[in-house]
Amino acid sequence: MHEMTTSLALAGELFAQGDSQLLAIVLLSLRVSLTATLLACLIGMPLGALLAVGRFPGRRTLIVLFNALMGLPPVVVGLIVYLLLSRAGPLGQFGLLFTPTAMVIAQTILIVPIVAALSRQVVEDAWREYREQLRSLGANRLRAARTLLWDGRFSLTTAGLAGFGRAVAEVGAVMIVGGNIDGVTRVMTTTIALETSKGDLPLALALGMILIAVVLLINIAAFLLRQWAERRWG
Amino acid sequence: MIRNLRRKIFSAACGASLLLAVSAHAQERFITVASTTSTEQSGLFAHLLPAFERESGILVRVVALGTGQALDLARRGDADVVFVHDKVAEEKFVAEGFGVKRQEVMYNDFVLIGPQNDPAKAAGKDILAGLRQIEAAKAPFVSRGDKSGTHAAELRYWKAAGIDITAAKGPWYKDTGSGMGPALNTASSMNAYLLADRGTWLNFKNRGDLGIVVEGDKQLFNQYGVILVNPAKHAHIKQADGQKLIDWVVSTAGQKTIADYKIGGEQLFFPNAGN
Repeated sequence: MHEMTTSLALAGELFAQGDSQLLAIVLLSLRVSLTATLLACLIGMPLGALLAVGRFPGRRTLIVLFNALMGLPPVVVGLIVYLLLSRAGPLGQFGLLFTPTAMVIAQTILIVPIVAALSRQVVEDAWREYREQLRSLGANRLRAARTLLWDGRFSLTTAGLAGFGRAVAEVGAVMIVGGNIDGVTRVMTTTIALETSKGDLPLALALGMILIAVVLLINIAAFLLRQWAERRWG
Repeated sequence: MIRNLRRKIFSAACGASLLLAVSAHAQERFITVASTTSTEQSGLFAHLLPAFERESGILVRVVALGTGQALDLARRGDADVVFVHDKVAEEKFVAEGFGVKRQEVMYNDFVLIGPQNDPAKAAGKDILAGLRQIEAAKAPFVSRGDKSGTHAAELRYWKAAGIDITAAKGPWYKDTGSGMGPALNTASSMNAYLLADRGTWLNFKNRGDLGIVVEGDKQLFNQYGVILVNPAKHAHIKQADGQKLIDWVVSTAGQKTIADYKIGGEQLFFPNAGN
């Protein structure tokens, strides 16, 4: 328990000092993971809605597939993206390996299934409820998917937050495609892994606490924003 | 109508934030160096590279891996320069045509780490005798098992000690497949012996009851080499800038900077490029 208190004190100290290096690492973490979340929402939410209201062969297979892909191991995603972006790989000419863009790509792939699967659930429930109504208004399935997505936008924030949580917390993928390069691709989780391997466990744990605090702040902000928006437009 | 407008504003905001978030980095002049955890985690690079960056205006991006992995990365063309410590593997890398030329830079040494009360009685100045003692006592031993330079050295010592480790392996020999730091953490938590490079050991904080058991044996000498990745294999290799780094680390200024790096008054790496 002694380590816990040491780390807590250390976390407080780091936070109070506002160390510029630490701040840069936190901001990079947020930039990468928020971008990945946004992209995953733009891809995953329409995909989820189509899976919910669509009728096409293979739909059920796809639903099960996306559910299963929620358990995609980050290190496997990292490896695949590495092989794609490596100079010897098919996309090597763009020189994206070991850049934040590579990290965004990996995290997006990692969380699209989460966002899609959760969005499908939200839209499917709404579809069951409003199906007849939408039909009587003459809406086709595409139109219905759009309407239900828009109407469910407040509930869908949970899907986005789940994706963000997974993205900001993973270390396996960003370590491989980012390379944990100091000042370029070093994010919160790779820093924690690095300090752990240096045997500086109190510092590693303190950084972990800061990461949790940052994620908590994001969630509080999202919660308040949702409440405010629901009152305003809901 | 108003609802549509809101929707449009919403999409526009999404698009704008996306553009902001992925907006490209300012174009910087940099090279990528694949190196080992020992040079990065011992703090040497943080001391050495800023001096080069100031002088040359070239930023150095270091990806720290085990030697085997670093060389594989370079084989794929994902680094401009490799800076590693496994002479046999390095020479093979050059012979295969992936590297232009191998130059020696510096050395440090390996140390045998173990519990301070030394249950296997491995202490002394002879690494081979120490390993024989550990094997005879079946004392817990943590191996990197990750094709790193340190792992390659460990396997060479077992062989030189006359022990066929693949056959002698038992529950006492833990093949962890991890980097130097994680392997040290594992050894620390189960009070095991392991081979480590001195730099990482000196910088390592979670030591528990571990201490140095064998040091000072000439065979524990650990040579580092630097190689430019062959531009003939990968056209995008930054040949001129990579060569500048190599020329600098073997120059008098670079060698002096290496010698100047100390932890707690102890020099970690000994430049020997001139030899």
